[in-house]
Amino acid sequence: MSDMLASAPEAPSLMTVRDLAVHIRTDAGLARILDGVSFSLPPGGSLGIVGESGCGKSTLLRAILGILPKGALVPQGQVVFQGQDILKTPVRGRIGFIPQDPYLSLNPVFRAGDQLLEGMRNHAPGTRDDHRKKLIGLFHAVQLPEPQNALDKYPHQFSGGQRQRLLIAAALACDPDLVVADEPTTALDVTTQREILALLRGLTAERNMGLLFVTHDFGVLSAVCEDVAVLYAGRVAEYGPTGNVLADPRHPYTRMLLACHPDRATDLIGIPGTVPAATAQPPGCRFHPRCPISRPSCAVTVPEMARIFDGSRVACPYHADPLPEVALG
Amino acid sequence: MGRYVVRRVLLALPALLGLVLLTFVLTRVIPADPAAMLAGDAATPAQIADIRSRYGLDQPLWRQAVTHVRQVLTGDLGSSIFTGRPVAEEIGFRLPATLELTFAALFLSVVLGIPLGLVAALDHNGPVDQIVRLLSVGGLAIAGFWLAIMLQLVFSMELDLLPLRGRIDIALGAPPAVTGLYLLDSLLALRLDMFGSALRHLVLPAVTLCLPGLASIARFTRSGVLETLQKDFVLYARAAGYSPFRLATIYVLRNAITVTVTQVGLLFGALISGAVAVEAIFDWPGLGTYAVQAILAADYKALLAVTLVVGVVYAVVNVLVDVAQALVDPRVAEQLK
Repeated sequence: MSDMLASAPEAPSLMTVRDLAVHIRTDAGLARILDGVSFSLPPGGSLGIVGESGCGKSTLLRAILGILPKGALVPQGQVVFQGQDILKTPVRGRIGFIPQDPYLSLNPVFRAGDQLLEGMRNHAPGTRDDHRKKLIGLFHAVQLPEPQNALDKYPHQFSGGQRQRLLIAAALACDPDLVVADEPTTALDVTTQREILALLRGLTAERNMGLLFVTHDFGVLSAVCEDVAVLYAGRVAEYGPTGNVLADPRHPYTRMLLACHPDRATDLIGIPGTVPAATAQPPGCRFHPRCPISRPSCAVTVPEMARIFDGSRVACPYHADPLPEVALG
Repeated sequence: MGRYVVRRVLLALPALLGLVLLTFVLTRVIPADPAAMLAGDAATPAQIADIRSRYGLDQPLWRQAVTHVRQVLTGDLGSSIFTGRPVAEEIGFRLPATLELTFAALFLSVVLGIPLGLVAALDHNGPVDQIVRLLSVGGLAIAGFWLAIMLQLVFSMELDLLPLRGRIDIALGAPPAVTGLYLLDSLLALRLDMFGSALRHLVLPAVTLCLPGLASIARFTRSGVLETLQKDFVLYARAAGYSPFRLATIYVLRNAITVTVTQVGLLFGALISGAVAVEAIFDWPGLGTYAVQAILAADYKALLAVTLVVGVVYAVVNVLVDVAQALVDPRVAEQLK
């Protein structure tokens, strides 16, 4: 997998993740949450990380943000952000974070301002008054009603959509070069979702910020991200321009996952089996126990990331083989 | 917030009226006939009847109840049918003693229990956590009267560090009564010698009394902090760059102690009942010893007054706890709307 970056011409990169592994010690043994994950994001670009629950999306974000849980190990890999390995020397303030659930991500017993200003307090120059002014300005930009009073209200005095707007404003407050968003719209209803996504994409593009967007929803993905990395059981299965991957998925997992999507499937079928437990990853290709076209070698050899056509890469040597009809519904 | 406090106080009033009536009913259903007790074994039926009419015990029950409520509302708790002295006067002297003791114990429980619970949670399953767990199990398991006697043996008899019993050195006498709390009154009178003596007398009873509360507050705080640490907003706060110390002490603890604050309200009842034994052992002239005397003498007037006063104190403490809770968690005040 590491060869993919070596073979690619060195494009300007905002962030490059190289061969990243994150393991966590648990009572059930070593959980290999991420293994050999690589991708890169150009300045101002947008990348979606997509995968089922438990595939390692959130751990990837936490590694990038420098907030891995206790007991997490990084046995290999680098996260190079603006030329600096942030696993070794964390950068703060240049990466904004939009958490998953606006209802749970704000502490109910503190005023919104006390929490949202904390990032600026720690990472941005200027006085608290400067910070307040800046944040209120951003509240206008995210179209929050009554932006003047918002800092003095408690979280429960906002709706879910409004809270997500607060969090987006806070993520932009330190003028970061990269915004990392962890499924920021799953807790919201569909109409609010669309507004928030449009807002997020607009604001980051306008400010030339990179956007790393984690989701399990392909619909959301195509609206927001230029590139996509499909994660399966802690490894990248397929990686490329969103349009290509959605129109012509090559990895059996991506193909089946897209076939599961209610908008595309004729019948609702699933992928048989479940994502393996991180403490009991199968050898070889991690998808082989669930794969309809797996061969004996798949259980032995870890597939290399292979370039298939312009910009796309897939971790399956049999990506050109057709899948049986039944698997695709 | 102001409206919340007013509402909370108004809600406490019916409870207090209920308390007054209930204590009245309770004293009338006890089997002992107070008139006969007071008259003594050798009294004739005529003497008993005389006493009964003098104390109004021959009136219809509802009339007695009305009289009782009216008297209580005007602060007249009657006279002890045993000593003949006004009950209110006796309680006025003894209540501050009990309050001084229980508040000292409560203060120790909170001031030591919350930090202990916090450090235990931050060292989840580590050595500090184990030590705190041992202490809190011990604190709940050790009988107060046994501990009191051990403390007396060690600190008073053996080491001669602290006084054995009483509220203050008899040679000094009580400070001029303003609040009835010796620590406060001695400071108001600028008598540091009295303050020192009162404080030294307070240490052993307060330590004895605080232990179960200290243990349960430490446990509740620990589980509150552990639960709060799992929340998404803690992850978000870490991403925002909170230092671990600020995160633990300010950000997490405020959520975690909402449960602890409720616990303090419940704890207060346990402290007052625990004070009965502690007061007896340390010869502390509080409500507890008074109640014991009243029970033994079937002094129903005194008993009724003690029950009433404890009930009122409990109600007041609970209003304070509710207000404290609303201060800690802004959602509490809104829920009542």
